[in-house]
Amino acid sequence: MITLLMIAPVAVPAAGAIAYLLAGWRPATAWLAPWCTALTLAAAIALAADRPGPRTALGGLLRADPLTEFMLIVIGSVGLLATAATPAWLRGEIAAGRATPATASRYSVLVQAFLAAMAIAVLAANLGVTWVAIEGTTIVTAFLVGQRRTKAAVEAAWKYVVICSAGIALALLGLLLLNAAAHAAAAGPGLDWARLAAVAPRLNPAVTRIAVALLIVGFGTKAGLAPLHAWLPDAHGQAPAPVSALMSGVLLSVAFCAILRVKAIADPAVGTGFARLLLAVLGLGSLLLAASLLIRQRDYKRMLAYSSIEHMGVIALGAAVGGPLALTAVLLHMLGHGLAKGSLFVSAGRMLQVTGTSRIDGVRSLAAKGPLLAGCAAAGVLALAGFPPFSVFASEIGIVRAGFAAGLGWATSIALALTLVIAAVLLGHTSRMLLGPDAGGGPATGHVTGQATGPFTGRGTGLPGGGAGLPGTGAELPGNGAGLPGNGAALPGNGAALAGNGAGLAPAVAALAACAALGVYAGPLTTLLHSAAGTLTGTP
Amino acid sequence: VTGYAQWLDLTCGALLVTAVVIVWRRRLSAIIATLALQGAALAALAAILAVHARDARLGVVAAGVLALRAVALPWLLGRALGASGPGSGGGPGSGADSGAGPGSGAGSGDRESRPLVNVTASLLAVAVLVLVAYAVSRPLTALRPSPAAAAIPVGIAVTLTGFFVLVTRRRAVSQLAGFLLMDNGITATGFLTTADAGLLVEFGVSLDVLLAVVVLRVLTSRMRDTFGDTDLDDLRELHD
Repeated sequence: MITLLMIAPVAVPAAGAIAYLLAGWRPATAWLAPWCTALTLAAAIALAADRPGPRTALGGLLRADPLTEFMLIVIGSVGLLATAATPAWLRGEIAAGRATPATASRYSVLVQAFLAAMAIAVLAANLGVTWVAIEGTTIVTAFLVGQRRTKAAVEAAWKYVVICSAGIALALLGLLLLNAAAHAAAAGPGLDWARLAAVAPRLNPAVTRIAVALLIVGFGTKAGLAPLHAWLPDAHGQAPAPVSALMSGVLLSVAFCAILRVKAIADPAVGTGFARLLLAVLGLGSLLLAASLLIRQRDYKRMLAYSSIEHMGVIALGAAVGGPLALTAVLLHMLGHGLAKGSLFVSAGRMLQVTGTSRIDGVRSLAAKGPLLAGCAAAGVLALAGFPPFSVFASEIGIVRAGFAAGLGWATSIALALTLVIAAVLLGHTSRMLLGPDAGGGPATGHVTGQATGPFTGRGTGLPGGGAGLPGTGAELPGNGAGLPGNGAALPGNGAALAGNGAGLAPAVAALAACAALGVYAGPLTTLLHSAAGTLTGTP
Repeated sequence: VTGYAQWLDLTCGALLVTAVVIVWRRRLSAIIATLALQGAALAALAAILAVHARDARLGVVAAGVLALRAVALPWLLGRALGASGPGSGGGPGSGADSGAGPGSGAGSGDRESRPLVNVTASLLAVAVLVLVAYAVSRPLTALRPSPAAAAIPVGIAVTLTGFFVLVTRRRAVSQLAGFLLMDNGITATGFLTTADAGLLVEFGVSLDVLLAVVVLRVLTSRMRDTFGDTDLDDLRELHD
């Protein structure tokens, strides 16, 4: 039974992928994906509810400990959000002529394969298999990022594959060196992380230090940490909205989970100081970068992507702090951020379908045109900015408290200041999108939106965020004008998109509610979080 | 035993020399041919280690390396080049652009026309990278002294060179070559540390590399369809 529960998170999406491959995407199969993810989530919860402690399956190939179970719950819940939002999103795309049932089928196959690869990455008992699965996610999602085949999409996909593959190749070198160190220390632990952790105190410190640095930078690439973050805003900006939700909400956390495993091996081998310094530097670097690039951001999907870099920076800082309190907060942050960011990307996808632009100054007074959509976006941004009652608030407080207690006061203060700046910027951009003055005004019909866009291009320069003083403004205007025909073309689909508004946004609302509920009362999840943090610190 | 050490040094020397040649040459077809040669050297390295350790499984791995790195991947790269070569000449605007490069002469599609760092500086940089590799891998060679361990810096140097090529080249195919160079270096390091990573992992890694190259090859042809060229200078849509 346990074996079955452990295989399910991989086998169910794999079966879903095969089903989509054979049957294609049709109204009858549209809801297959959410059912698959729901089943996966149920298996993860059942696995977590079972007695704690590590269990292996398939001859030691898969291992489930509390950390694995928690990560499976993250994959399942954000995956459920993204796949449940998919049918409405795909219908909108097909109605607008940007997708065909054939692309929808391919999309569904790839998303299921993506979910299966992520499940393998967290379930694998061998760090090498985790590596293979994480690189596998790059290959699968490359086609999802480049799905639209526009210049920007192809460019984003190219950058994504090259940077992620090169970065993660560094992690492979680190794995080989770690393997060599383990081989010299004891007979045949291989790359099984539980056995590596057991022999860790006997590993050669000099070799392990090189290996750990390579592994953290390498997996950090995939987790969106600076300095190898450059793929992230492009890929998240160009990918289909539900895929952005999955990449931002889960994939980054799955890659970071590998860093947590590496740190658990590194700390006994080379002392806690080494990984701590490295993670603190990467975390602060990511926060600084996100803050500086968010201020003059003009595209709301890229804005969300930079916010992901920010949150991965916070998570890296929490991991640098280490200890049960910080790690519990880090894990809670992964789930809270995944739910909030996932729902925001779903809302952003709807926004893109309704307004036809992903530019921040292309969207105005959304609160009047689509109150539900605006409400979702507002609540999501408040959650990301760390407002209570959302769980991001609780986890950030936890990380900050643990940071001061662990003597990382300087890093924590800088991080706190940067998160405040980012929160202010995010709220500023969003409030202009939701409440900013609309030239046309009134409730949106397709017609009014079309007329309203004209005055916008003129007004853009006058607005503070339009960047009147920025050197890019001149070059920006022609692009804006060129965007207009596309804008008009999207309008026929507008009515249909607005009609399906409620159905499409229900998953986003549910995810935000879950995020808020989690901040108020984590319930039985608290035990799981504590034992997962215990697995990493070696104090179960 | 001395024969073993000499053969080992010979193949590792071949790895390093081919890496330098890839940095030196600007014709993409020459780069691809050199990559195939390097793949063969890598397979020979694995075969020598297999004979020395009397390890039949490593022999199978050597055959796999030969098939993948010396035949399949260079062939895929050649296909990507074949697809982008004629296209770049006929592409609107871009053909004139790359033809205007100094001394590019005939077949501009087959050349790395404007690397970020010129060839002389690149060769100097590679020399520095080799020194860095020797300095960094001192603990590795000391871990378990043996003729194979003494050659580990070569693997690291090839990896660093690959990363350098990846970062400084502008054409899609050159970047791909850099990626493969990096991967060859990592594989060589894996062989030379003589610690077995497990057949499953080795197979998975090879499969991932193959698929990544296939994906990039598909993207190259899409790039040619949408940009009319595979010069990555044209990738300027997305920036902040």
